[in-house]
Amino acid sequence: MKEVLSGNEAIARGAWEAGVRYAAAYPGTPSTEILENIGTRYRDDIYSQWSPNEKVALETVVGASIAGVRALAAMKHVGVNVAADPLFTASYTGVRGGLVLVCADDPNLHSSQNEQDNRNYAKFAKIPLVEPSDSQEAKEFLKIAFEISEQFDTPVLFRTTTRISHSKSIVDLGDRAELPRPDHMERDVKKYTMLPAYARPKHPKIEERLRNLRAYGATSPLNRVEMGDRSVGIVASGIAYQYAKEALPNASFLKLGLTYPIPDDLVREFASKVDQLIVVEELDPFLEEQIRLLGIEVAHGKDWFPITGELTPEAVAERLTGRVGQRQPAAEGLPVRPPVLCPGCSHRGVFTVLRKLKVYVSGDIGCYTLGALPPFEALHACLCMGGSITMAHGISKAMGEVTDRKDRTVAVIGDSTFFHSGVTGLMDMIWNGGHSVVMIQDNRITAMTGGQVTPGIGKTLMGADSPAIDIEKLVVTLGVKPENVRVVSAYDLKEIETVLKEELDKPEPSVVITKDPCVLQYRVKNTPMRVDPEACTACGVCLRTSCIALGMTGEGDEKHAEIDPNFCTGCTVCAQVCKFDAIRPQE
Amino acid sequence: MKTVNLLLSGVGGQGVILASAILSRAALLQGLDIKQSEVHGMSQRGGSVVSHVRVGEKVHSPLVAEGGCDILLGFEPLEALRFAHWVRKGGTIVYTPDRVNPSTVSAGLAEYPDDVEERLRTYPVNLVRVEAAALAERAGNRRAANVVLVGAASRYLDFPLEVWEKAVEGSVPPKVRDVNREAFRLGREA
Repeated sequence: MKEVLSGNEAIARGAWEAGVRYAAAYPGTPSTEILENIGTRYRDDIYSQWSPNEKVALETVVGASIAGVRALAAMKHVGVNVAADPLFTASYTGVRGGLVLVCADDPNLHSSQNEQDNRNYAKFAKIPLVEPSDSQEAKEFLKIAFEISEQFDTPVLFRTTTRISHSKSIVDLGDRAELPRPDHMERDVKKYTMLPAYARPKHPKIEERLRNLRAYGATSPLNRVEMGDRSVGIVASGIAYQYAKEALPNASFLKLGLTYPIPDDLVREFASKVDQLIVVEELDPFLEEQIRLLGIEVAHGKDWFPITGELTPEAVAERLTGRVGQRQPAAEGLPVRPPVLCPGCSHRGVFTVLRKLKVYVSGDIGCYTLGALPPFEALHACLCMGGSITMAHGISKAMGEVTDRKDRTVAVIGDSTFFHSGVTGLMDMIWNGGHSVVMIQDNRITAMTGGQVTPGIGKTLMGADSPAIDIEKLVVTLGVKPENVRVVSAYDLKEIETVLKEELDKPEPSVVITKDPCVLQYRVKNTPMRVDPEACTACGVCLRTSCIALGMTGEGDEKHAEIDPNFCTGCTVCAQVCKFDAIRPQE
Repeated sequence: MKTVNLLLSGVGGQGVILASAILSRAALLQGLDIKQSEVHGMSQRGGSVVSHVRVGEKVHSPLVAEGGCDILLGFEPLEALRFAHWVRKGGTIVYTPDRVNPSTVSAGLAEYPDDVEERLRTYPVNLVRVEAAALAERAGNRRAANVVLVGAASRYLDFPLEVWEKAVEGSVPPKVRDVNREAFRLGREA
């Protein structure tokens, strides 16, 4: 049977067909749908879970592998930074059941804080790297990746990019491999206990493993030679292969699916058959450097294709064919349409107050990072998951005693990000005598990635009930004084302002919590607001709450704000900033 | 069949992704190869959304090349104009005049240009204006404007009507099937 699947859906299918029994992840664009699919479509056969963060997810997957089942972890590129610690040593322990780490890179930063090329992790951790170029390959290559993992006793890094994970193409569906569940726990202390004495002899074995993988690449079904016109030989993998094939369908291709280690002999043989070698790849010169190290001449690589951003079909075609396509001029001067906090979003009121207080805001990863954009500009730094609290602590220690409230720091973090790695930062602040205010904006969901459950909700990925972790109790237990833990309504601007001022003036850590849910995921809709045109002076203060339900209409004396009742959820934030009482609920 | 390159541009929440799914499903039923690509993640939050759909005998790239688009479906006039230069000379732009203000306009940081449709007319393309929201309302639900546009685009793809009907029915929940079938018909006849 054929189905049109995204790369992520195909990976979920591939996991099922490969007989995987365990999968774990932390959501992150563009990887999220892998576990979402496993947790819904394949829940009868695969145990799956969201973990609080990527390190935890991968460690549980290593456990499942040691137990003897095939296991998969999935995460976005920056998630592998979090999971790097277990990854590098799992390279030493090897596996019992096959272990594949799927990582989805995001060239061009569609929804990320950097555009690191995670292929480098394969080289760094000395593990094989597999890259599919469409959904069919995503499914088939994943199954082969599990075979490689078991055959070579190694974790496998399976890397996609946004254009693989989020592109759809036709997939031929197959059956599930029925692999028996292990009937007892095997003990192998030397294999799985990485004491220096047991780990040291592993390193030479890993080097030998790489040599074996290099040889395997010559006959692996992951790599393919397509001989055509021999004047040009193109080496490519992943999405770059598709763009190059589109541009020069008759050229000769060495299409690599196993991109680390590259198969030396196959590359040499291919190079000898073509007049010139061109390496087409996105981001770093990862293949190009490996090929040049073999002493093979590369006619063109990164001199032609940029090291930053995404490749595009037109840019690849122009380089490979030397022909510039006919183009019309782009329309200039159009207003941009950036993503924005939804109408009714529980973050809007908080940023309205933070802007008014003019404090320094140390931000984190989530929808609330949008508080950095105009017209708020009320979030001043954002580094990584969980970084808000720790950066705030560093800032406050570096600043020392400050007299002006504007020089105090507020950390802003969501519930899911707090569970991910904010908790340890708060421990640090409490332990080391910090005195910042931490705002935990608990909207009861991982919102940015499309609404995944968190440890605070009382539900698991597979839909089971579970204990909900209570943030208020947790921070008190960690050592924040109970009187410094304040719960406020996300929609009461006066309350947020009063409480923030009180807590900012204290010489010790405070935690201010909002608990109003994500309006998008929980479909919150109250009576929409309307503008009284008589009372409205068109001052524009309401527009500075940055809500697409609001706008200005009319000219001259007739000019006034208006609210689109289809968008408005009746959150009242705009009404609270109006000095003329011109915004009231619809009758 | 020569590969047909479609772009669908609009605003998060308008149903660009569902429209792309209907086009893909129709091509699958027609026995063609398909690649479809969009960027999501921040798309539900009122930002620009663009989806690429390519159908043909054998399709490699999931992205339409700039300057190589055959049919652009504009779900909002400003978003149609933003991608008008992707359409090849002699290609088609099907668009709806229904405006959605960008957040920058709502916040008073920018103005919505009043000459969007005039500027669309300067492109060397076949320009088709479809009152998608009004037609969707007539079909029974304003939110089916996306399917009206798919109906309008269906005239430029040589698939039998039954294939389209099957594709629409297979892509929407049962309770809105009739509305969407009607929306598709009104778009196709517009």
